[in-house]
Amino acid sequence: MAEARALASPRRFAVPARWRGTIAWLVANRLASGALTLVIVSMVIFVITGWLPGDAAQEALGQSATPETIAALRAQYGLDKPPHIRYLHWLQGLLTGNLGQSFTANLPVTELIAGRLPKSLLLAAVTAAVSVPIALTIGILSAMWRGRALDRALNLATLSMVAVPEFLVATIAVLVFAVKLQWLPALSNAVDVSTPAQFVRTYAMPVLTLCFVVIAQMARMTRAAVIDQLSASYVEMAVLKGARPARVALRHALPNAIGPIANAVALSLSYLLGGVVIVETIFNYPGLASLMVDAVTNRDMPMVQACAMIFCFAYLLLVLIADLVAILSNPRLRHR
Amino acid sequence: MDDKKTFSLDPADQRRILEALGRGASRRDVLRLMFSMGIMASAAGGLLSVATNARAQTPRKGGRIRAATTSSSTADTLDPAKGSNATDYTRHNMFYSGLTQLDASLAPQPALAEEIRSDKATVWTFKLRKDVKFHDGSPLTPADVVYSLNRHKEAATASKVKTVADQFSEVKASGPNEVKVTLVAPNADLPVILAASHFLIVKGGARDFSATANGTGPFKLKEFQPGVRSVGVRNDGYWKAGRPYLDEVELIGIQDEPARVNALLSGDVQLILAVDPRSTSRVRATPGYGVLETKSGLYTDLVARQDAAPTNNPDFVMAMKYLIDREQAKNAVFRGFAVVANDQPIPPSHRYYLAGLPQRPYDVDKAKFHLQKAGMAGKSVQVVASPAANGSIDMAVLMQQSAQKAGLTLTVNRVPADGYWSNHWMKHPLFFGNINPRPSADQLFTQFFKSDAPWNESGWKNEQFDQLVLAARAEPDNEKRRKMYGDMQVLVHEKCGIGIPVFLSFLDGYNSKVKGLGSVPIGGFMGYMFAEHVWVDG
Repeated sequence: MAEARALASPRRFAVPARWRGTIAWLVANRLASGALTLVIVSMVIFVITGWLPGDAAQEALGQSATPETIAALRAQYGLDKPPHIRYLHWLQGLLTGNLGQSFTANLPVTELIAGRLPKSLLLAAVTAAVSVPIALTIGILSAMWRGRALDRALNLATLSMVAVPEFLVATIAVLVFAVKLQWLPALSNAVDVSTPAQFVRTYAMPVLTLCFVVIAQMARMTRAAVIDQLSASYVEMAVLKGARPARVALRHALPNAIGPIANAVALSLSYLLGGVVIVETIFNYPGLASLMVDAVTNRDMPMVQACAMIFCFAYLLLVLIADLVAILSNPRLRHR
Repeated sequence: MDDKKTFSLDPADQRRILEALGRGASRRDVLRLMFSMGIMASAAGGLLSVATNARAQTPRKGGRIRAATTSSSTADTLDPAKGSNATDYTRHNMFYSGLTQLDASLAPQPALAEEIRSDKATVWTFKLRKDVKFHDGSPLTPADVVYSLNRHKEAATASKVKTVADQFSEVKASGPNEVKVTLVAPNADLPVILAASHFLIVKGGARDFSATANGTGPFKLKEFQPGVRSVGVRNDGYWKAGRPYLDEVELIGIQDEPARVNALLSGDVQLILAVDPRSTSRVRATPGYGVLETKSGLYTDLVARQDAAPTNNPDFVMAMKYLIDREQAKNAVFRGFAVVANDQPIPPSHRYYLAGLPQRPYDVDKAKFHLQKAGMAGKSVQVVASPAANGSIDMAVLMQQSAQKAGLTLTVNRVPADGYWSNHWMKHPLFFGNINPRPSADQLFTQFFKSDAPWNESGWKNEQFDQLVLAARAEPDNEKRRKMYGDMQVLVHEKCGIGIPVFLSFLDGYNSKVKGLGSVPIGGFMGYMFAEHVWVDG
């Protein structure tokens, strides 16, 4: 990243001084370095997947491979060309918006992703909508009552949530709600969702499981950030002036804690796109993460690259948004 | 499994008999069939009454089921030539039909070919049914069959059965409804070979299988999303009168076994493939659900390469075979859902099984003797096991303990399932393999035991065996073939570098509302052909 920064440094271009330091400048700067990061990531992924034993042709033919069929399939996939040519070809396609053809499915990568990405985004969005308010509430409450019974109870609860592996949460949830009580379906294919009731039934368990993972992290970070502010001298001043605890926490401390909280939220949410493969597996949810795992297993390079680009892009975007939120929430940074 | 207590018959055998009765077999035929399966005559009376019940349960048209296999990924395909796993085979059997079809005893039955003749097992003539239509309405012609068979020989098709298809020297239309297949060498098993899902018949000229499956099968393609699901709707013009029964069938893959069982028990799916033996009691304890055991020729074997030291020493091989505690493998590793095997690959249910071969026992003393003779006493050897070879890690650990008693240190090298078949299988002196059942003895022996076979797991070379393979393949006389296959089983049992502890059963989990389910022992899900056989009750 250091080189990336240096390369994208403003000093290399003749830029009017008044642009520098503005928010627009920061965004442009970050987008440029983000693009460079994406290219570097794509190269790294390309090289690493190249090191995996076997290629798409061998994986597709499996035990029944003969040298002749492997050669024919490699030619079909374009794997007979040297790696750097294949990479440049892929990069060229990317610039023209063509992500290539999936080797295994023999369909355009964009078509396969188009079927999965909205589902992944929906799951992430629903989980975020549920988990962020809960996490912030828990974090702020335990910061306000730090050291007391409520704080200790919430601490214990969040720590146990983060300590239980998600496959266990998911499996137990299925056993209880699907197999025993039969309230919810064990699978969340998300193919037959047409009414709000079906939507709730389909998403209840995956969202519950993911909330277990992300709420704890966000709540702990929020608590730490708010406590940090609550020990500052301006808060002491507010208390001395007679502000009520809720007003102290929400009106005085919280705005100053928004920066770190936004970053914690961004980090947790970035996990919701690519890191949910266990939840996708257990609930049979057709999302992007399992698509990428399949692609790696089948050595389906165009697919691996496309998924990696999406995850990386989402991560960079979330971090950028978190930084913007941090800047905008801080008058000192805002007017710099 | 309540039936089992009454009749001491497993569902597979019952199914065979009931099917025979359904075909109009006489009481005497059934008694003979049961005798051949080694069933006590006392069970017969009870069974015949079950048959009456079964026929009273007439198949009902309508309904929809969702079935879950073990995997589903973007590698899912609608091209029969590329089928690589149970999900693909099941999907292909939904949309396509073959020239022949296997029955419960793995004997080929006519399907799209209504009549099959051969001249010295070399020139085969298939007379096609006249009333068959593809899903797009076009009639089945010899040209479609010629195209479907010949495409496997082209490297660009990337067919899984290219090596099998290379024995077709010529495939051509020999009449308005006839196809003639000429082989490079005689093969009496061609009708069995053509029953494999890879050889299902596609429309002549079909190349794009990404979203279409224009076959002559029981279901028409409604939706295909690789890695998500395949949905078929009933083909009302199916050539088997009255079939299929279901309006719609959906096929999905659930990789995680507990999730698969949970999906069954919560009612999300009605049929699941590959229940772990450990989950069987849970499924059976839940009212309204059952587990169907299909005894098969599937095996996980210990392989000692004959081209590497010390595993090429015949005494070492013999010692390893004596160190396998088959009963324990059957009961501890597979919870009884297995049949003790005898270091040769033909299972007891097969029509060419040699019954008289003495069972090799678990014998640490004999193993010790052979180890000393091989100069391996007190030495250390590594065995490679992986989750890819079903049960191999558990069996390796069992062997490790018995090897200790015989004075051999066996270290178990566990490797991941990903890439096992390309990176480890056949690449170590001592490792585990896993071989899926093949419908014919010839395929099994040719692919895995003949000296020049690319998958000759142990690199075993035996001239006498090779000659027998060729002779048996060309022999149209069934009794003579049986004799030769018997000799081959003895040779493999005595001399080959593999130890086969047990034959594994396929376990399907089902919702009791699903009727008509049976066993075709090349795989679970009725040999991947359940879709056209099952119906939903009530």
